[in-house]
Amino acid sequence: MSDYNFAYLDEQTKRMIRRAILKGLAIPGYQVPFASREMPMPYGWGTGGVQLSAAVMTGDDIFKVIDQGADDTTNAVSIRRFFERTAGVATTQATREATVIQTRHRIPEAALSEDQILVYQVPIPEPLRFLEPSEVETRKMHALEDYGLMHVKLYEDISAHGAISTAYAYPVRVEGRYVMDPSPIPKFDNPKLSMAAIQLFGAGREQRIYALPPYTDVVSLDFEDHPFEASKADHPCALCGASDSYLDELIVDDAGTRMFMCSDTDYCGTRRAKGHVGTAPTPPRQEETT
Amino acid sequence: MEQTSLSGGFADPSLDAADAFRAVMQAMARPGRMYEIGGAVPPAPLSVAAGTVIMTLCDPDTGVHLAGACDVPALRDWITFHTGAPLVDAARATFVVGAWGDVPLDALPIGTPDYPDRSATVIVEMETLVSVGATLRGPGIRDSAQLNLPEIAAFQRNAALFPLGLDFIFTSGAQIAALPRSTKVT
Repeated sequence: MSDYNFAYLDEQTKRMIRRAILKGLAIPGYQVPFASREMPMPYGWGTGGVQLSAAVMTGDDIFKVIDQGADDTTNAVSIRRFFERTAGVATTQATREATVIQTRHRIPEAALSEDQILVYQVPIPEPLRFLEPSEVETRKMHALEDYGLMHVKLYEDISAHGAISTAYAYPVRVEGRYVMDPSPIPKFDNPKLSMAAIQLFGAGREQRIYALPPYTDVVSLDFEDHPFEASKADHPCALCGASDSYLDELIVDDAGTRMFMCSDTDYCGTRRAKGHVGTAPTPPRQEETT
Repeated sequence: MEQTSLSGGFADPSLDAADAFRAVMQAMARPGRMYEIGGAVPPAPLSVAAGTVIMTLCDPDTGVHLAGACDVPALRDWITFHTGAPLVDAARATFVVGAWGDVPLDALPIGTPDYPDRSATVIVEMETLVSVGATLRGPGIRDSAQLNLPEIAAFQRNAALFPLGLDFIFTSGAQIAALPRSTKVT
């Protein structure tokens, strides 16, 4: 018997979050305000995601947490333990076994099914915030569908760098209406935002919840002559040889030798278990050795 | 207050509400698809599904409006005892319960352009729920879905208000299906 109510939060808090989730699903991409609670972890460690997970979790769930794709980082391990202790749910590191997956800044490589729920931890939910600091103004801009400023920002990227330089938290348009921040996932993950699973986004400090129902139309903003491109490091994984997964870059010695490996540890591990092997580490960059 | 008003709550409030909410969330995320729901046993004339939705989502923060034949003392007492939700008129309602013909659609809050979420959720009691009739398209639906909606024009008008509008949960016996404002009905 746990000393906590099931999944830590009290029932009235869960109801408040649950009502926000339903309105979020009914208005895809719109940020629903909610009364975020103080959680036993600091802001920035996934308090929004944890509150969503607590509100959707049932006793039969199998819970998985990833932090930038990895199951074994501090943040992922502590959130997984938190729900083991407060909800008594089973946990897993295998993507296909999990029914609720909480994620920080990645979408798993393996396609998710209709029986799964993906919960995102979101730092800044407002895609217009860095362009317009006032909440009153950004709220008005969403109400009026006034997204010209975002296109100007992307255009300025092109005029300065020759391409849209935004690499993560790449803004999307949901069902042709709301511009939404997909959380700081790499833009490589953006095409996966239309999926069979329910996607919930929670920002604890900013007190916002938003959602994407399954098969929602999600379009990454771009221009006809500068179409959106889901980019990744142009290497295969050094551990499993995968050429279709998002890669982390790791410096492995003092000479600057680099290793590229899958950021999704379960995807990489599953492939290695099947006998896939990777390539040798990558030599240092030329400009770094001269 | 009748004895029946005191019974019929969740046996295990935390886990029963979690299971029930999961079904409601799936229903809202996949318009037209039917889910089983249970745990609460409300007095007549309310169905198990409608009673469970109220028990799962309503509390002192949400005004509930009982429409038409649902506005009976036994039900008022049951909702007050189990959820503490204030019973309010339609214009201030967060949740509305009733048969289709009784729900005062035009009186309900549909949200504001700044806060489209400040809108009512309508629980519509149905004779039956079957996957035939109106065709539904939109977020949450891969191609199309079908549901025996009580009519079509009202839901087309509601969808035209997007992002404002009402969200509907249809209940019959222990079954629910939902129709958010984002769904296009033909």
